[in-house]
Amino acid sequence: MNLLLQQLINGLFIGSVYGLFAVGYTLVFGVLDMLNLAHAAIFTLGGLIALWLVQSGGVSLWLAFPMASIAAGLLGLLLNQVAFAPLRKRSDSQFSGLISSIAMAIIFEAAALGLFGARSVRFPVGTVPIHTWQIGGITITFLQVAIVCVAASLMVTLTLFIGRTRIGKAIRAVGENERAATLLGINVNGIIALTFFVSSALGGAAGILFGLYFNNLTPDMGRSIELKGLAVIILGGMGSIPGAILGGLAFGLSEVLTVAVTGTSNLRDAVAFAVLFVILLIRPSGLLGRGKTREA
Amino acid sequence: MEYLLQFYAIYGSVINFIGINALLALSLNVTLSAGMLSLGNAAFAAVGGYTAGILSVHFNLPYAASLAGGTCAAGLVGLVIGLPVLRLRGVFLAMATLAFGEVVRLAAVNLDITGGAEGLTGIPNVTTTWMIYLVLAGAAYFIAVLRRSRLGWGLVSMREDETAAASLGIPITYYKVVAFVIGAMLAGLAGGLYAHLNYLITPRDYSFFVAVDLLIYNIVGGTGVWYGPILGAAMLTALPEVLRGLGVTAGPIRMGINGLILLLVILFLPNGLASLFERRRSSAVRAEAE
Repeated sequence: MNLLLQQLINGLFIGSVYGLFAVGYTLVFGVLDMLNLAHAAIFTLGGLIALWLVQSGGVSLWLAFPMASIAAGLLGLLLNQVAFAPLRKRSDSQFSGLISSIAMAIIFEAAALGLFGARSVRFPVGTVPIHTWQIGGITITFLQVAIVCVAASLMVTLTLFIGRTRIGKAIRAVGENERAATLLGINVNGIIALTFFVSSALGGAAGILFGLYFNNLTPDMGRSIELKGLAVIILGGMGSIPGAILGGLAFGLSEVLTVAVTGTSNLRDAVAFAVLFVILLIRPSGLLGRGKTREA
Repeated sequence: MEYLLQFYAIYGSVINFIGINALLALSLNVTLSAGMLSLGNAAFAAVGGYTAGILSVHFNLPYAASLAGGTCAAGLVGLVIGLPVLRLRGVFLAMATLAFGEVVRLAAVNLDITGGAEGLTGIPNVTTTWMIYLVLAGAAYFIAVLRRSRLGWGLVSMREDETAAASLGIPITYYKVVAFVIGAMLAGLAGGLYAHLNYLITPRDYSFFVAVDLLIYNIVGGTGVWYGPILGAAMLTALPEVLRGLGVTAGPIRMGINGLILLLVILFLPNGLASLFERRRSSAVRAEAE
């Protein structure tokens, strides 16, 4: 029983990182209706930049975290300028945007490989205070608590930002109908650029937390989370931020539960994707998504 | 002649892979021409490849029978998956096929008959270069004919506007399933050829990234004409070798150039490499007229 509870707690921690990653993914999809497949590469670079700041720059993690997130956000702006903005007016922008974001992902990964090498690297010991709590037989580390707190506060801030502020309203308006938003005097290009900045900054933050949690960073670590992120945003409903958060938690929990029930890690991803497949058949718009009657 | 033989000795495997990749790209093109984005074709190739491999390793069936078995198995799976999945559109279809692909890959990792993560070994090594290109030529001819058939035009009209196509009496679901199954069978055939080319197949050969590569071949080459996917597959499969020949060593720089070329093609050649030929042809026509 304790073991199961411990697994559930672990699922919660990793699930909150998935959620944070997926929120950024879904934000861009909600506004542009385009998948940004370079999100995982920015996730990787976010983690690696933070590591570089801590290791070579001697910056404390508390400072390196926001700095690396902002750097990831700036990479998002670059990504938008190079790979998405020129294609926006094209009729096949859904497909071509997919490909150009893959091209940028390859370039980003090459940059990560060139700058940081192919080795797997880790944060120096003592970056995060090592402190554990024992509550009724369950072990929780300081790092785990910090991860959940950071991820949760970022997600809450984002939800409030999108739901309550004027700029958030503009983002939703652009997502609803670009042309109508233009007519209402919203600076659509600026809003899209801002969306990319926020989305990528969150992706970078997720990369840092992921790197801290597994204490292992490689130039291709984004690949393992890319598919899971896609699964999470579909599970939650494309474009839905609360859906992405819930989806992330559900995915993290399903992973640890499958391991706990079957006793091996082989079937971990298979169960998750089988569930995803079935959900798509029953509720194509995801758990919290709104269906579109007709795609123009 | 000697030079040619030497060239083949060095680049034979690249030439073979160009053929296989082109065949896989063509298999995706069938559904893509109807505006359906499937990321399941790598999985269909896996079904074809593993079936062919199992038929010849465990049941000692001859080459032709194992290829046919692989093709039919992929088609059958395509039918079973296609019927429920094809109600979905756009990104959702892509995601459902992607989820299916992951399930197939993970099944291959976990089953005993497929050899697990190590892969299936000992598949007779009988596919030759001319066979691959014979099949490719046949498939290209088939696609070219298909495009000008009733089914082909129906698929194009569905891509343009599905509701309008339905109102004109085009049997949407039927055409979709037929296109999906044809694509699955072509992919299965390519998978079977690959299995018999390579002596072994592993689950890694058919990951998500392979499915995405097939899409890249199509978009880079151009989806509008039958030779587009072949061009895309040929260029992108040969690119690492060409870069190596130019003295760009492996590692980040070659990877970066790879990405950069992909980016440039997608930004500046909206209809893919095939549009280069189209442009030249149309300007030639214009020159004649003048």
